[in-house]
Amino acid sequence: MSDESPQLTGALPVAALDDPHLQPYAAHPERVNAVAVLSMVVGFLGFIGFGITFWISDQVQWEAATLGVGLFGLGFGVAAWGKYLMPQGPFVEERHDFHSTEAERDAMSAAVLERGGIVVKRRKVLGGLFALGAGTFGVVAAFPLIRSLGPKPGRALFTTNWKKDSLLVSLEGRPVKVSDLDVGGVLTVFPKGFEGSSPDQTILIRLADIAPGEPPFPLAPPGRSDWTVRGYVAYSKMCTHLGCPVGLYQEQTQQLVCPCHQSIFNVVAGAIPEFGPAPRPLPQLPLKVDAQGFLRSQAGYDQPVGPGFWERP
Amino acid sequence: MIDKSLRWVDDRLGVAKGGRTFLDKIFPDHWSFMLGEIALYSFVVLLATGVFLTLYYVPSAKEVIYHGSYLPLRGQRVSEAYASTIGLSFDVKSGLLMRQAHHWAADIFLGSIAVHMARVFFTGAFRKPRELNWVVGVSMLLLGILNGFLGYSLPDDLVSGTGIRIAYSILESIPIVGSYIAFFLFGGNYPGNGIIIPRFFIIHVLIIPAIIVGLLAAHLGLLVKQKHTQFPGKGRTEHNVVGSPMFPTFMAKTTGFMFMTTATIFLLAGFAQINPIWQFGPYQPYQISYAVQPDWYMGWLDGALRIMPSWEFVGWGHTWPLEVFLPAVLFPGIVFNLFFAWPFLEAKLTKDRAYHNLLDRPRDRPKRTAAGASVFMLLFMVFCASSTDVLANFFNVPLQSVLITFRIIVIVLPILTFFVTYQICKELQGYEAAGKRKHPVVVTLTPEGEYRTTEMAPHPGDGHEEIEPIPVPTFINLVPPELATGSGVRRVMR
Repeated sequence: MSDESPQLTGALPVAALDDPHLQPYAAHPERVNAVAVLSMVVGFLGFIGFGITFWISDQVQWEAATLGVGLFGLGFGVAAWGKYLMPQGPFVEERHDFHSTEAERDAMSAAVLERGGIVVKRRKVLGGLFALGAGTFGVVAAFPLIRSLGPKPGRALFTTNWKKDSLLVSLEGRPVKVSDLDVGGVLTVFPKGFEGSSPDQTILIRLADIAPGEPPFPLAPPGRSDWTVRGYVAYSKMCTHLGCPVGLYQEQTQQLVCPCHQSIFNVVAGAIPEFGPAPRPLPQLPLKVDAQGFLRSQAGYDQPVGPGFWERP
Repeated sequence: MIDKSLRWVDDRLGVAKGGRTFLDKIFPDHWSFMLGEIALYSFVVLLATGVFLTLYYVPSAKEVIYHGSYLPLRGQRVSEAYASTIGLSFDVKSGLLMRQAHHWAADIFLGSIAVHMARVFFTGAFRKPRELNWVVGVSMLLLGILNGFLGYSLPDDLVSGTGIRIAYSILESIPIVGSYIAFFLFGGNYPGNGIIIPRFFIIHVLIIPAIIVGLLAAHLGLLVKQKHTQFPGKGRTEHNVVGSPMFPTFMAKTTGFMFMTTATIFLLAGFAQINPIWQFGPYQPYQISYAVQPDWYMGWLDGALRIMPSWEFVGWGHTWPLEVFLPAVLFPGIVFNLFFAWPFLEAKLTKDRAYHNLLDRPRDRPKRTAAGASVFMLLFMVFCASSTDVLANFFNVPLQSVLITFRIIVIVLPILTFFVTYQICKELQGYEAAGKRKHPVVVTLTPEGEYRTTEMAPHPGDGHEEIEPIPVPTFINLVPPELATGSGVRRVMR
């Protein structure tokens, strides 16, 4: 080591062992030392405990407790060592300007603008063609990346699988008889063959027990009453706000509530939104009863179901 | 031995000078500088536990019959994603601990980023020359929130599935291209063709983490290059940095802190249940659970959606779902653009183009502090609005009243906060002793009925005078002072 230049030793700071900056931060280092030792021993035992815990069972609380004690003990010990037992300082370091000298900056700008400028300006056609080619590549490279991801929307958002005479079935595929629901009862139904399908989900509610031949349930708005049958009414279960299933039916108030953002729809008034962020009524499915007493749709939904989107007229 | 290895490396790479400078690098000491470290170490925990989870998780929407050890689900048709998440929770040793640690680490990661960002903001640490690092940091926050949402969605349970449904509808609300984006990303009309889980998976475990790792390297690289900011104090100027050296003091403290952060995450993971997906059940698009809330960092978006009036606009043959687009796309877009632009905006407003290495006390910049407090209040109130239903139940008031109250206070409170904060800052400026402890004063009553006050000595430590900082001594004279003759200087690695 002594063969190195002596001025290095001179240039770099040398401190005496009793320099106040090198003294530990703690007033009583031996006490902190004892705490750190204890902490690390506890940490060590914690890790051993984790190993044993893992071996004999994988009870999650014991695992966390042993691992937590291990990590915390070790960490606390090391941190105490660093904070209280190492040289207290404070030490200082000079900052240097981030920017280069003016001459260096000029040289950099010149390298870009003058050297580059001459070459590019003289060959404008080449430069333009390269920009054109690279730009085109950028655009066409995005084609497979984006276009192959999925199908175009097309008419998919406008239609559901509900058609004229679709048989209402439960999730298990069981057709719904007029006698199936009591007044106040609800059931999620699908068109037969599409059980569990998201856009087709429809909520069937029995509002009243109306005998055949009697006047239909007086559903507001006018003209919709013959969309009900025997006191049954059916609405799309997809919230017109963000598409959550409108799954909460409050029988006393005859309201459907969306649990996501608390839109409330009035079931006896064509499911108009009475409260909350939903902008439109839930689309209504016109119902009828077939000869066997099963519920069927008179037609599909007369408008797109679910939340709003740009193409919706 | 160590000396020999260092020489071996230096022979080949020539790192002695730079390496030594790095070991001498000064880190200023202040508790608030640890906030970013929490984010860093919880990210390390995220990576480690995340790797563990990928060994068992199956990113597939394929329906399977559950056969695992969780009895209530036996025989149910669930997706492979859901079944494998339940499986790694109950049938893999330490699996539940790792999964919950991953979730807690994500919440802590984003929480500590938010608090760290507030520290940087209110002390003006983002000013020249550190604007770029601010931008890098905000990018990591944005990516972190996005990745948190994606990871939350992967188990395909009822609650997270509802979140995906909402995300789909938010995409649909974007004018002109909305339905195309939704259809391309999900592979069709909701719920798509099952491709969304593997797509979310690869984005969650590879693409975004890789970008975050790159940004993190840039964040720390810029920190090293530009050196840390410091609060004003004895011997501290714009042209130096005072504190502890990288080696050994800072290294010991930060290593200890890393272990303690990890310990906290694992203790939470073991004792505070998080996201018990087996209670929620598998996702079905026609099922829903009551009182669903997203993870905390998504709460502000959910709250904004809840309190927005139902302003759907129909015109020119198109539907403009503003009741979704404004709160869920435009609002976060504006907030994050404001975050990104703030350092440049402030420099423009104050015409301050100088270098700043000394930090501000928030009170000394009342306008910035008031603006920050105001935005914070806005975001916090919108966040609180995501629990309107819970609040209505808890206080037994109609939901309508809660909603209308929130609509008013998200506008009024931030404005009020601005002026109140501004005034508090101004008042504090005029009161020099604020934040310092007063000397204790003893009041005595004499037998004659006279009151006397006696000032006592300051609290121990209050009068602590810091000594003048010195450059890190590379060499220490190991000879005890009483024997030192001046020739005993020895070089030691320390």
